[in-house]
Amino acid sequence: MTTKKLNIQEFLDQDQKKDLLRLLTAGSVDDGKSTLIGRLMADSKMLYEDQLEALHRDSKRIGHAGEEIDYALLLDGLKAEREQGITIDVAYRYFSTAKRKFIIADTPGHEQYTRNMITGGSTANLAIILIDARYGVITQTKRHTYLANLLGIKHVVVAINKMDLADYKQERFEEIKADYKAFVTQLDIPDVNFIPLSALKGDNVVDKGENMDWYHGPCLLEFLENVHVSSDRNFDDLRFPVQYVLRPDIKFRGFSTSVASGIIKKGDEVMVLPSMKKSKVEKIVTYEGELDYAFPPQSVTVTLEDEIDISRGDMLVHPDNLPRVERQFEAMLVWMDETDMNLSTQFYIKHANNNTKARIDEIKYKVDVNTLEKSNIEKFKLNEIGRVVITTTKPLYFDPYKKNHQTGSFILIDPVTHNTVAVGMIIDKLGSSSLPSRITDVDKAKIALGEALIKPEEYVQKYNQKGETIWITGLHGSGKNELAFSLEKKLFDNGATVVLIDGSSVRSGLSRELDFSPADRAENLRRVAHICKMLNDQGIITIASYISRNESLRDQVAEIIGKDRFHLFYMDADLDYCKNNKPELYKLVEEGKTTGLPGADLEYEAPTNAKLVFKPEQNEENLDAILDYLAMNKVFPNH
Amino acid sequence: MDNYSLTNLRELEAEAIHIIREVAAEFENPVMLYSIGKDSSVMVRLAEKAFYPGKVPFPLMHIDSKWKFQEMIDFRDSYAKEKGWDLIVHYNKEGFESGVGPFTHGSKVHTDIMKTQALLAGLNKYKFDAAFGGARRDEEKSRAKERIFSFRDKFHQWDPKNQRPELWNIYNSRVQKGESIRVFPISNWTELDIWQYIRLENIPIVPLYYAKERPVVEMDGTLVMVDDERMPKELRDKAEMRMVRFRTLGCYPLTGAIESEADTIEKIVEEMMTVTVSERTTRVIDFDQEASMEQKKREGYF
Repeated sequence: MTTKKLNIQEFLDQDQKKDLLRLLTAGSVDDGKSTLIGRLMADSKMLYEDQLEALHRDSKRIGHAGEEIDYALLLDGLKAEREQGITIDVAYRYFSTAKRKFIIADTPGHEQYTRNMITGGSTANLAIILIDARYGVITQTKRHTYLANLLGIKHVVVAINKMDLADYKQERFEEIKADYKAFVTQLDIPDVNFIPLSALKGDNVVDKGENMDWYHGPCLLEFLENVHVSSDRNFDDLRFPVQYVLRPDIKFRGFSTSVASGIIKKGDEVMVLPSMKKSKVEKIVTYEGELDYAFPPQSVTVTLEDEIDISRGDMLVHPDNLPRVERQFEAMLVWMDETDMNLSTQFYIKHANNNTKARIDEIKYKVDVNTLEKSNIEKFKLNEIGRVVITTTKPLYFDPYKKNHQTGSFILIDPVTHNTVAVGMIIDKLGSSSLPSRITDVDKAKIALGEALIKPEEYVQKYNQKGETIWITGLHGSGKNELAFSLEKKLFDNGATVVLIDGSSVRSGLSRELDFSPADRAENLRRVAHICKMLNDQGIITIASYISRNESLRDQVAEIIGKDRFHLFYMDADLDYCKNNKPELYKLVEEGKTTGLPGADLEYEAPTNAKLVFKPEQNEENLDAILDYLAMNKVFPNH
Repeated sequence: MDNYSLTNLRELEAEAIHIIREVAAEFENPVMLYSIGKDSSVMVRLAEKAFYPGKVPFPLMHIDSKWKFQEMIDFRDSYAKEKGWDLIVHYNKEGFESGVGPFTHGSKVHTDIMKTQALLAGLNKYKFDAAFGGARRDEEKSRAKERIFSFRDKFHQWDPKNQRPELWNIYNSRVQKGESIRVFPISNWTELDIWQYIRLENIPIVPLYYAKERPVVEMDGTLVMVDDERMPKELRDKAEMRMVRFRTLGCYPLTGAIESEADTIEKIVEEMMTVTVSERTTRVIDFDQEASMEQKKREGYF
């Protein structure tokens, strides 16, 4: 390492230009982690000070790289913390060289401290994975590597420590390297580096030392000083999640945030989510003056050419590069709380300056952090990690975490304790179309039912019918609506008390804020099912014809209404018939103007358990078949 | 390096501005605690930047222990006036009237009554739900593990064993009525970063940081400056003029001076880098009791 002597002015001018590297270390007391960090900090400090000529006048060095002093003592060791019963947590440590400033998030390594490691690693550019040369790749190594991978850390340094205890043998180093490589290929870490070292003796930490001539790579500090991390940020996809609306007076209306990703330029056309309104960037304002462009993680304020209503949580993006805008997604979740997860909790979710509520629909699996094996669980406990499906109350504007840490990460907050109970990373997966929807809620159904003064038998007596639901499923354009309307008329004429829950009436009133995404379609069905249930409870027959595209949704509808009063009929029309019958929507899908139409671009699952199956051409026969069916089951007439 | 990279200082600055705006956006009634020290001066500049061209949308509050250096108070008043800050000065009236002070009551009692209690009373009086502080993690062990958003219960206590996980730049701002959050936007700054930033941005600081001939008395190995006649006469009589400066500022009897010739920022940095004692060692209060700062933080002092 070259040590150029500088005067203080030059030193400060140069120092001011250095950049910042955030790194994560995880390890247990026995790994020599404290010794390594202690040496890194102490020895680099001396080097740093050597840059200043002044120090040489008054050099009171204690020790020198190579001498054996207990570097671990320099740190507020984890061992000490544990003995004194002080919290073991993430400790942040700082050191600098002439090239860089380093922030170390120093976390304990045992499995019970997984959440600490996750916390410390969330902002890290690089992780140091410590391996004891005597033991090689062990369970802990795999766990730490998996967690670094989960957090999307792109650079890993495998520090094979205690080489002095393995006689500095190259074979041992190569053996461990091969073991580790075999394991790491399962994961997705683009940059993995191996350095043989002895933190205790100082080999390859700050100085090369003389014991491992066979190693020609950089020593640890040299590597840390030179690893290129600034390009790890996402400069492609503009995401400007409005954090603060700045309105000092009526003339100025600025939108402030730290740019999450991408570059925002003066004059850029931007689109505002969720309103989809477009405008142009008028100015990028900072205290230092206006900028032509801003990039992550700069904190800036922009003004737009047009007056558009924008609030905190909205997002500015380029119109040709949109994030996903959905209420449902899958994520890897880490449970951080001492209390177990309760699946019926409605959490607060905080994501990209946006606050809303979220519910966990389903746990797909849990990952064993030691073996990477997947298993099914009912709920999460402290430190458990797994894949979940989440539905939020408002749509979020997100990208997969892998592509964008800023718009792919979120935290869940307990509504009662206000603790941050879980953190998540959104997975790059199919849209919410293929996700299961949980539209039933067993817990809430238990909430105190009012006590009706009319008994169910009394309704049957009065109306001469059983309040049950006729549910017709089938593709768009299959003729199920026509059948439903004819049936309503027929039953009415015959003296039944019947209500048809018409899809377009529901859509234009009760469900008017919903669109046609799978999550919203599911929500629409949930509402319809509850109307059917209420009417059935009052003895009234309901007719509902809805696409209800798969078994899972229909089962959930049946569950809400009550399985024994849910009669599923299927209008079995082939796709060509439907397209012919009602071409408009199918055309839009073909032209790419809309998506999510079952049968067209989304799978429709024909029922296997329908009570009756119809062909659309046979309207009259179909009606008779239904009337027979209803009479046989004493739905109408009852006697 | 490409065009899209920031220096260490600019990255820290962006992080701090993000934190400050987040508090302004999510809390109803935040306040920035202003200690007049160099870290506070940096923090206030960051707040000005965060809301430019608007004004800082929350007040500053100085907890006056009534034993601060006179130069600090003068600096505070003229700077606040010049900048047009909304500045609240709060002190413990009862404590002051009953004559609590470090010479008569010792540093522990004085700090508790005139600083910790005064701070808590000030926060309660105005019902602040978030309070910014200028603490840095490299200052002291217990701070190294404290969160940027540090949750305080309704007694303003910190529970180091029960801290909320804090990931990425997503901060949990949820509090119940009476609870609050202390926010440390310059957590990740080191002492050198602070000096570099002051130099880069030309931020005014109290002249006590620069070396000058000042009257000092040696008390238990600490050089204490004679700032007013409340210092007992027998001590004042021993005062001698020495070239000294202060690495940190607090109550004058509790803040030790160091002998120094450093009268510019550059010289201060040079001195700092060659002296290995950490900066808080010149503050008497940290040595009062075992794990002193952690204890004080638990009680609600920063």
